[in-house]
Amino acid sequence: MEEITQELESKEYFINMGPQHPSTHGVLRLVLSLDGEIIRKVEPHLGFIHRSIEKMCEHDSYQQIVHLTDRMDYLSCHINNEAVCLAVEQALEIEVTDRVKVIRTIVDELNRISSHQLWWGVMGMDLGAITSFLYGFRDRELITDIFEETCGARLTMNYNIPGGLFFDIHPNFQKRTKDFITYFKKKLPEYDTLLSNNVIFTQRTKGVGYLSKEDAISYGVTGPTGRASGFSCDVRKHHPYMAYDRVEFKEILDTEGDCFARYKCRIAEMWESMHIIEQLIDNIPQGDYKVPTKAVIKLPKGEWYQKVETARGEFGVYIISEGQRSPYRLKFRSPGFSNLSALDHMARGCKIADLVAIMSTLDLVIPDIDR
Amino acid sequence: MNNEEIKQFILDHVAEAECVEGTQFLQVTIPSEKILPLATELKANPNTSFDYLFCLTAVDRPDHMEVVYHLKSTTHNHAFVLKAKINTRENPEVETVCHIWRTAELHEREAYDLFGIKFLNHPDLRRLLLTDDWEGWPMRKDYDDPINMIAY
Repeated sequence: MEEITQELESKEYFINMGPQHPSTHGVLRLVLSLDGEIIRKVEPHLGFIHRSIEKMCEHDSYQQIVHLTDRMDYLSCHINNEAVCLAVEQALEIEVTDRVKVIRTIVDELNRISSHQLWWGVMGMDLGAITSFLYGFRDRELITDIFEETCGARLTMNYNIPGGLFFDIHPNFQKRTKDFITYFKKKLPEYDTLLSNNVIFTQRTKGVGYLSKEDAISYGVTGPTGRASGFSCDVRKHHPYMAYDRVEFKEILDTEGDCFARYKCRIAEMWESMHIIEQLIDNIPQGDYKVPTKAVIKLPKGEWYQKVETARGEFGVYIISEGQRSPYRLKFRSPGFSNLSALDHMARGCKIADLVAIMSTLDLVIPDIDR
Repeated sequence: MNNEEIKQFILDHVAEAECVEGTQFLQVTIPSEKILPLATELKANPNTSFDYLFCLTAVDRPDHMEVVYHLKSTTHNHAFVLKAKINTRENPEVETVCHIWRTAELHEREAYDLFGIKFLNHPDLRRLLLTDDWEGWPMRKDYDDPINMIAY
């Protein structure tokens, strides 16, 4: 009898989730310590697509660095580009024209919407609903079409350069953006019908993966993930850049801190983004689309930190310059890296199926983490 | 607190701190041995309460190493840059701050991985981005890679 009880005692064991797992959205390997089906510890193993971008930057000119940044968080590529451009403009004391400011802001917000659309689609798919994936990509296509027409690329746009933009907007840009807003305002309530009010979906997300405000701050969790825990961290509000100080929008905050709160935050952010675009799209000022800069940009000696709000959170660029054509040291503070550090804390005590929901709502982009 | 008050606060705790008014933030350089008591105080003191470490990184200088902490307080909304200067490049060591700011755990592992800075009392100091058997510290300026694809 004694022997049998000994055999029935549960033991911790390990399984690998990833690097090739559909819900990791890339090559992320998680080593899970499990007690039955309960997660005791999550240990992320990173670096499968580490490209040493920071080291490359130490040899590149500032114009080249801009192109490396959209290979990190490819879903917020325009916003990443902007961070480097803003840092360089700040160091050289270049004041871009109003036209550039407004266009950058509009494209930023379109970028944010398209990132959230993709997130919404794949989150539904992670939790077993293929329909949302198709809906999300159907609507996202309209934005990538606008980008393709204006910037010449659908994903890695490279539309920003230090001092302004590569080229002026396409003549159709305003009309197509307005058409998209009209269209998407009808479609976004469909997202709610499909997932937000779905019983299976809410039961898998409500009360799962709780993160308190104190922990969010301590782990440096930003973006919609941090704001769903009540951490007011919207860079657009706290340190306005470009045209964000002249538009009216709300910072979406929630206090529940679970998966469903993070889900609601992102849906609400799409509404806010549309609201920002509506205020700007008819008021693009006339002017130049770029300020001339020298062919070889040399930053003065010193250091600069520039942060912007990407779709995933606070993206920071820390440049140390010694007066050369390349930075002495450049560090990218990527939002995904810090958000991932809270995963272990959030997932302890949950089941494996819950971990999929938590990862979805963290909205991880692996190249952003590995850099 | 404005920059002047932060400066005074740090000088009260670490007399040998060097303060530079940077282009953006106040930059304070302190010897690396003093980091743990100062960091604890900066977080715990209600007047400073720097609870948000938004960036942690390392810099390789010709004769020393630096660990750079970008700190912000979410209650008082003030920020500054703290730099811990490690006087050696041979075997750099500094106390970990990951029990003060939890986000430091992964950031310190990254700094260890790329710069070879040893964070004392870190709960799990291993290679993070590179493979476990990697030799050398790639982000150091003198790192020499025989099949270096980056060098021009």
